[in-house]
Amino acid sequence: MSVLKIENIHKRFGKTEVLKGVTFEMNKGEVVAILGSSGSGKTTLLRCINFLEKADAGKIYVEGVPVFDAQSKAKISAGQIRKNQLNFGLVFQSFNLFPQYNVLDNVMLAPKLMAKERKDYKANKSEILAEIKKDAIEMLTRVGLEEKLQNYPCELSGGQQQRVSIARALVLKPKVLFFDEPTSALDPELTGEILKVIKNLAMNKTTMIIVTHEIEFAKNVADRIIFMDDGVIAEDGTPEEVIDNPKNNRTRAFLNKFNELR
Amino acid sequence: MASMTTWEIVCNLFEGFYQNGLIFILTLIMAIPLGLVITFGSMSNFTPIKILPKFQPIKWVSKTFVWIIRGTPLMLQLFVVMYAPGMLFDIPIKSRMTAVLIAFVINYAAYFSEIYRGGIESIAKGQYEAGQVLGMTKSQVFFKVILFQVIKRITPPMSNEIITLVKDTSLARIVGIAEIIMSAERFTKSGLIWPLFSTGIYFLLFNGILTLLFGYIEKKMSYYN
Ligand SMILES: Nc1ncnc2c1ncn2[C@@H]1O[C@H](COP(=O)(O)OP(=O)(O)O)[C@@H](O)[C@H]1O
Ligand SMILES: [Mg+2]
Repeated sequence: MSVLKIENIHKRFGKTEVLKGVTFEMNKGEVVAILGSSGSGKTTLLRCINFLEKADAGKIYVEGVPVFDAQSKAKISAGQIRKNQLNFGLVFQSFNLFPQYNVLDNVMLAPKLMAKERKDYKANKSEILAEIKKDAIEMLTRVGLEEKLQNYPCELSGGQQQRVSIARALVLKPKVLFFDEPTSALDPELTGEILKVIKNLAMNKTTMIIVTHEIEFAKNVADRIIFMDDGVIAEDGTPEEVIDNPKNNRTRAFLNKFNELR
Repeated sequence: MASMTTWEIVCNLFEGFYQNGLIFILTLIMAIPLGLVITFGSMSNFTPIKILPKFQPIKWVSKTFVWIIRGTPLMLQLFVVMYAPGMLFDIPIKSRMTAVLIAFVINYAAYFSEIYRGGIESIAKGQYEAGQVLGMTKSQVFFKVILFQVIKRITPPMSNEIITLVKDTSLARIVGIAEIIMSAERFTKSGLIWPLFSTGIYFLLFNGILTLLFGYIEKKMSYYN
C-alpha cells in the first residue's frame, strides 16, 4: 500500500493558480526527487502536504487514511492536527534552527514536549528523557555532528546547520521526510556533505521526497523523478525515463538548460 | 526650613525620591503585562498569535489608542486623568497617586506594546513553521521558541524606555505629588539652590544601576546571535 497519496491538489494565491491539480502516490522506502524550474510550484506543493498552506482542493492520504480533505467541513481537533503533522518531516531550504538552543537541544525540543503528554511521563521521567537524549545523539552521530552537540547554530557552518535540521526532523521518525532544496542556501563546497547524508538515508530505505536542482544527484539517489511544470506534474518516472529520455518538451528544455550550464 | 542641616536636606530629598521609585516600580509592574494585552489587540489578525479573536475593530481600537497615547504629552494625560473624571462624571479621583499611576501605566503600556509588536514581528516566519512541522502546538511554539528571541530583541529598546520612565516620574509633581524635584523646589524658594541641582545625582545613580543591570541581561543573552 502506498505510504503517501495525494489527489488533485489545487492551490491559488489571489489570482494566480500555483498548483493546478497534482496527483501522485509513493510507496514506503521510495525516494522521489522533484525537479522543475523556479516558480513551478514545488515549494507550494511541499507546504500544502505539510499543512503549512491549506490546499484549496484535493485530498491527502497517509497509509490509506485520509489526513486532509479540502472539501470536508468537519472540524479536526488540535490533537489530530498534530498527529497528522507528525506523519511528515520537513527540512527547509533555510534550516530554521532555533538559535537560542544548542544542537542537542534543537533536536530534543520537540520529542521532549511530546513526551510530556505521555501518561507515564511523571513516573518514568528520567528514563524517558534519557531515551530521548540517546536517540538525539544517535541521530546527530548519523549526520556526523557528534562533536558539536553543545554548539549553538550560529557557531556552525551552513552545511552543519542543515545536518542538524535533518537530525531534528529524523528523530521524530516521520513516515515521509521532505526536503525543499536542502542545498540551495549553501556554498557549493558544502552541498556535498548534505547530499552524502541524504544518500545515506536513501540506502537505509528512508521514505523521502526531495526537491532539488542537483540533477546528477537526483539521478543517483532517486527511485523516481517527478518533473513539475507550471503547477502540474509534467513527467513522472524512473530517472532513466525522465532524465535520459524525457517525453515532455518542457522537461527536455529544462534539462538542456542545465546541461548547458555545465 | 532654612535651619535644616545638609544631612536633613539629603534625607528629605530621599523621601521625595522614594515617591519617584514607587511610581517607577508600580508603573513597570502594571505596564509590562498591559502592554502585551495591547500588542495582542493590535496584532489580532497576526496568525501565529491569535490570542484575541480575529476581529478588525479590536485591532483599530488598539491602534487608535496607541496613536492617541503616543501622540499627546504625558503631562497632558496626567491632567486629564486627574481632573476629567471629576469634571465630566462628577467622580473626582481621590488619590493623586492613583491618578498618576493610571496615566503612567496607560502611557507606558502603549509604548511597550509597540516595542513588543516590533519584537514579535521581527521573528522570521520560518521559526513558527519549523515548530509547527515538528508537531508543536501554537502555544509551545510561542513560549518555547519565539518568546526568548523576542525578549532578546526587545531588551535594548525596553532599557531605553525604562530609563526614560525613571526621569518621567518627576512629572508627577504637576498634580502635587511630593516627588524629589518638588521637594527640592521648596528649598529653592527659601534661597537654597544646591538641593535642586543635586537631584540630578539621584537620577544618575538610579539610572546607572539600571544601565548596569540591563547591560548584564544583554550580555547573558548574547551567547547566540
Ligand atoms: N505565499 C504566497 N503568496 C503569493 N504567491 C506565492 C506565495 N508562495 C508562492 N507564491 C507564488 O507561487 C509560485 C510558485 O512558487 P513556489 O511554490 O515557491 O515555486 P518553486 O518552489 O517551484 O520555485 C510563484 O509564482 C510564487 O511567486
Ligand atoms: Mg521553491
